[in-house]
Amino acid sequence: MSASPLSNAPAEGLDSARFAAHLSQRTTLPSWWLDAKKAAWNQFSALPLPSRTDETWRFSDLKGLDLTGFKLPEDAPQPHPKHAAFPQTAELVFSNREAITRSTMPADLAARGVIFAPLEEALREQGDLVRSYFQKHPANLGSEKFVALNTALTATGAFLYVPADVEIALPFVVQHTLTGQNLAAFPHTLVVLGPRAKATLVEFFVSGGPASERQLVAGVNDLHAAEGAQLTYVGAQHWSRETLAFQVNSIAAERDARVLSLNLHLGGRQARHESHSRLLGPGAHSEMLALTVADGDREFDQRTLQTHVAPNTTSNLLYKNALLETAKTIFSGLIIVEPDAQKTDAYQKNRNLMLSDDAEAHSLPGLEIQANDVKCSHGSTSARIDAEQEFYLQARGIAPAAARRLLVTAFFEEVLNKLENEDLHAALTALIATRFQA
Amino acid sequence: MPSLEIRDLFVALAATPDKPIVKGLNLTIRTGEVHAIMGPNGTGKSTLSKAIAGHPDYVITSGDVILDGKSILEMEPDERARAGLFLAFQYPSEIPGVSIANFLRAAVQARLAEGEELDATAYYKRLYSKMDMLKIDRKFTSRSVNEGFSGGEKKRCEILQMAMLEPTFALMDETDSGLDIDALRIVAEGVEAMRGDKLGVLLITHYQRLLDYIVPDFVHVMYDGRIVKSGDKTLALELEAKGYDWVKQELAATTA
Ligand SMILES: Nc1ncnc2c1ncn2[C@@H]1O[C@H](COP(=O)(O)OP(=O)(O)OP(=O)(O)O)[C@@H](O)[C@H]1O
Ligand SMILES: [Mg+2]
Repeated sequence: MSASPLSNAPAEGLDSARFAAHLSQRTTLPSWWLDAKKAAWNQFSALPLPSRTDETWRFSDLKGLDLTGFKLPEDAPQPHPKHAAFPQTAELVFSNREAITRSTMPADLAARGVIFAPLEEALREQGDLVRSYFQKHPANLGSEKFVALNTALTATGAFLYVPADVEIALPFVVQHTLTGQNLAAFPHTLVVLGPRAKATLVEFFVSGGPASERQLVAGVNDLHAAEGAQLTYVGAQHWSRETLAFQVNSIAAERDARVLSLNLHLGGRQARHESHSRLLGPGAHSEMLALTVADGDREFDQRTLQTHVAPNTTSNLLYKNALLETAKTIFSGLIIVEPDAQKTDAYQKNRNLMLSDDAEAHSLPGLEIQANDVKCSHGSTSARIDAEQEFYLQARGIAPAAARRLLVTAFFEEVLNKLENEDLHAALTALIATRFQA
Repeated sequence: MPSLEIRDLFVALAATPDKPIVKGLNLTIRTGEVHAIMGPNGTGKSTLSKAIAGHPDYVITSGDVILDGKSILEMEPDERARAGLFLAFQYPSEIPGVSIANFLRAAVQARLAEGEELDATAYYKRLYSKMDMLKIDRKFTSRSVNEGFSGGEKKRCEILQMAMLEPTFALMDETDSGLDIDALRIVAEGVEAMRGDKLGVLLITHYQRLLDYIVPDFVHVMYDGRIVKSGDKTLALELEAKGYDWVKQELAATTA
């Protein structure tokens, strides 16, 4: 394929010609997929950008949602890993436009039908399987335009399929690195766990170049846990300070399934995260966790929905933000209990640690209960760092920045402790610590 | 010989700077010396020690604190600590989520030169040997700092920190209160083991029993923000026998 004439004209951005070029490079993919991409492009083009009157964008900086000047990457440089290594089952590394390395999965897992592959490869080889789960339960929390853009332009992302009764202890790891000024990426990861399967997938999202790199990322995940399955998903982003990032999770838990999702937000100029859990079968549980280090003048915007469809389902959301300098966080969460979902147990908590008087934390919790026999609660707290604790650390010679790092890490422990895998816990702690190195 | 000189020090709460709590206190401690300060409740002993450590609640409205010939008043609390000061708190803070091991590691790391890496093996070896000396269960390393510790465990943990950080001057604020007899002996032995010409100690206490184990070179009586009487170890015995009224009466007689 010849290079797009637009590649050197960033001001023109992601237009129809660029989309046409993207499609024309994918003629070997299934036609349903190409049709879905076209429909998504049309939807993206038709949908307006969010406006002031959109309740789902309350408090967000709409001026920051400027999509002009971005282009699709045309190369795939070798990135430098930015997170600590930990024991894993297999790894897929994406750089800019494509997968560049993959480690081989243990043969016995492949023999038992486990699939861990780039999404585009899975589309070619397991198209029907992908088709039956791709955006089966889309999250509708305000970013529909950007989700459509993701479907239209996605080229990277993983497909993980674990058949019934296969339990895998060590995590699957997906690394996404985007290197280059004005580049855009649209990773889409699809995870399907069959009945009683158990697996962990960890995704890292990082910018490969300098912190000043301006980038656009709209990432989407579909996470499906069939009856009795146990899925742990971690998505850790450390985008450059000039990145506009969207990450939209949709989680579907069937009868007795347990899903734990943890999103770690460390980078970006403006990063929006949407997460929608659906508790579809009795006994299903979703643990929704997020940790954010908000410093500088960054904005982190989090919108969540816990939909209890079936009776006897539980969900527990805990989003913790550490705010420094003039950063801003927005948390807006809703719990919906549908009429049939009796005996629901649903919790939602947003806790903000204010390390600066100039930072802003907005919290908009909500409940919508249509059943009568349920236990639901939500709450938000904002607290400053305890001055006595800070002094105690300093009185031992620990400099203010290091003292703050310890106290933020301590604040995050409650969430990280929910991970069973201690190596993963340690790797994430180390990754968070890098945010506090000058 | 290094010294810590407290010169005509006035300390007030930052919120009420015109109401001094410490009112013109003078005291010089040299390394190798143990000074005990005794005095009734509310007389300003903790205020003195916290102000020297740089606690933000307090302001030094006049006077000076000189460590090795240099005023420390412009230094941040962490700089003072790295310069060799150590405050064993009367009421140590609980820090949920920060383990003893990570906390002490950060404190030891803070004392290394820029770019120098902490030798983790040597660090743990030293930590465990100090814990053994203070009869602290090694399992405590993974516990959060002071969280859920008994009063005595907190005080022992303060001494553990002191042993790890090897200060030149230690201000020990009622490290003996809350300790049972066995713990008192262990803590006192820990301090005695560190005692020597590299360490100066200011021991704040209400009880003679601590001074049976850590025999002071000097005893001072603090009253209403000042040192009103100084002597040797026999002063503590005299205080124990006669109570503070004796000092008050003596003071009234001299100022009358
Ligand atoms: N942070 C504070 N806020 C309000 N008052 C304070 C504070 N710190 C000290 N004070 C007051 O200053 C006076 C001296 O208190 P300080 O704690 O220094 O006494 P102390 O000699 O250590 O007493 P004790 O023997 O009971 O420990 C008391 O009246 C106390 O209430
Ligand atoms: Mg006191």
